[in-house]
Amino acid sequence: MESNGLAHEVGDMCLEATDLWFAYEEGPSVLKGISLEIKVGDFVALIGQNGSGKTTLAKHFNGLLRPSRGRVLLYGEDNREHPVAHLARTVGYVFQNPDHQIFSATTREEIAFGPRNIGLEESEVQQRTEQALEYFDLTAYADHQPAILGFGLRRKVSIAAVYAMRTDVLILDEPTAGLDWKSTHELMQRIVALHRTGHTIILITHDMRLVAEYAPRCLVLRDGNILADDDTREIFRQADLLRETHIELPQICRLARRLEPFNPGRNILTVAEFLEGYGNLAERMR
Amino acid sequence: MSVAIVVDRLSYSYPSPVPGRDATWVLQEVSLSVEEGEFVSIMGPTGVGKTTLCLALNGIVPQSTGGRIKGEVHIYGLNTKLQPVADLAQLVGIVFQDAETQLFNMSVEAEIAFGLESLGKPAEEIAERVDWAMALVGMSGFKDRSPFQLSGGQKQRVAIASILAMTPKILVLDEPTANLDPLGKAEVFSVVRELRQKRGMTIIMIEHESEHIVEFSDRVIVLNNGRVELEGRPASIFSQVDHMRKIGLDVPQVSEMAHRHNQKYQTHFAFTQLDETYQALVSRLDGK
Ligand SMILES: Nc1ncnc2c1ncn2[C@@H]1O[C@H](COP(=O)(O)OP(=O)(O)OP(=O)(O)O)[C@@H](O)[C@H]1O
Ligand SMILES: Nc1ncnc2c1ncn2[C@@H]1O[C@H](COP(=O)(O)OP(=O)(O)OP(=O)(O)O)[C@@H](O)[C@H]1O
Ligand SMILES: [Mg+2]
Ligand SMILES: [Mg+2]
Repeated sequence: MESNGLAHEVGDMCLEATDLWFAYEEGPSVLKGISLEIKVGDFVALIGQNGSGKTTLAKHFNGLLRPSRGRVLLYGEDNREHPVAHLARTVGYVFQNPDHQIFSATTREEIAFGPRNIGLEESEVQQRTEQALEYFDLTAYADHQPAILGFGLRRKVSIAAVYAMRTDVLILDEPTAGLDWKSTHELMQRIVALHRTGHTIILITHDMRLVAEYAPRCLVLRDGNILADDDTREIFRQADLLRETHIELPQICRLARRLEPFNPGRNILTVAEFLEGYGNLAERMR
Repeated sequence: MSVAIVVDRLSYSYPSPVPGRDATWVLQEVSLSVEEGEFVSIMGPTGVGKTTLCLALNGIVPQSTGGRIKGEVHIYGLNTKLQPVADLAQLVGIVFQDAETQLFNMSVEAEIAFGLESLGKPAEEIAERVDWAMALVGMSGFKDRSPFQLSGGQKQRVAIASILAMTPKILVLDEPTANLDPLGKAEVFSVVRELRQKRGMTIIMIEHESEHIVEFSDRVIVLNNGRVELEGRPASIFSQVDHMRKIGLDVPQVSEMAHRHNQKYQTHFAFTQLDETYQALVSRLDGK
């Protein structure tokens, strides 16, 4: 996969939030002093219960929302100094609800809008649009009106439209909600490929299997605060933390935990790790 | 036991999305029947027609959507092609897939009360049921909030509550847990099961959450290419890992583990639930 010619090196500071506070209009604060750092090339899962502030936080990264207090730096520059249109070239955001994003008359136009809007050559716009249609199995719907497609297809259109921009930073807000298993894993393969070429990925999800499988780092939000920020493996080891935020580990992790006496010292995250760790179960059975 | 739903060789196609081209048949001779009090989960790949099938249960398809239809749907003997949608709505409550399009009132309370008011319930009963439904979905503190000023998952909870409040005889939920956190997902499944047990409600639930489906539902219907491709008890459906994967669908992680183990070591495990898997292994594994 060709990259965007990213402007920054992996490991450089990408996003930095300092004492970030936010309230919707007259409402109470929903972000309460968030500080965090995300480096170029990170793959971070943002998790937490409904209403904990994930979407609100994500919208600060691309300037859709502006902090009531505190600040967000993107590559060292305060987000407040740039209009949303400018930030959108660097930070792509796939909305939690695809209907908040989709507005074009055809799927093809919907996908071409972003690349065209950031000033790419027309030939490049077309090439990327056709590729995104193909990658997300949307070619058959290219001429359809996206707003009346089924929900999963609308979801894919909204993802393809942001994917085609190949922004340095890609934020996906519940991208797999409403997708079947195959679409979910095909999408994740595309994201992994972008990540390999140096893109920074922020994945908001309630699916702990995806977190375990794809996101090496995990940020846990609770009630507008960051409760934990660590390696996913480490977070998934902390029983108290999990209980406190009502995070349920993937089923295979729960099985491994209960069978731990038979295979101590392993902190299993995935089915592949389980099979590797336990070997041939039949041989070990009485 | 009486039969709540009969779908008899139902074929349906929407009006063509591209002018001048005939739309393809979304559903092709789908037949199924559901007993009163059953909890049936429907699975199927993206765009297969799960939502369309649900909308055919209360007559929205084809009465509001137009298009071409063959075959019939009967709800307690009523033909959904002929019965006014408003009448069917008293029998069949649908939690729509895109929760947000369902919301339109000024407050969460008004949103949940709306359906009850249109049923002409007395004010006291409405207040009681609203409180009850809000508690079921964990939204008790949100009465006066605008439903549009909520997080994605909170909106979905309100949409569920607004239908639960009406306690329809047949409850249809179209991917109700897609935006819910893990605790919320488990709660919706168990609330629904409880309603079925206590009130004999019939449950049709479209879901991808295989691990919850196994635990909570009586039967799984898998749609593929416009037809019913698999149908049976959850344990028997999810043991067919290759078949489910070929259709593009999820299975519980323990089923996947068993399947991959079988392939690698020529064993014959078939697991679908965590407890069952744990019991099977713990009793026979050598301590080490
Ligand atoms: N437009 C709005 N106006 C007022 N309050 C809002 C608005 N949107 C969200 N909120 C509130 O802000 C808090 C955080 O919401 P947010 O959408 O960021 O949560 P989330 O973590 O993304 O949740 P979910 O998992 O449900 O998507 C919630 O308490 C919510 O009720
Ligand atoms: N109002 C409509 N007009 C035209 N075509 C439609 C309409 N609604 C859905 N379709 C198409 O009909 C097919 C079946 O859609 P449906 O929404 O029933 O599928 P689904 O199985 O519920 O999908 P998903 O998993 O995405 O929710 C899809 O190809 C979809 O694009
Ligand atoms: Mg959200
Ligand atoms: Mg659907």
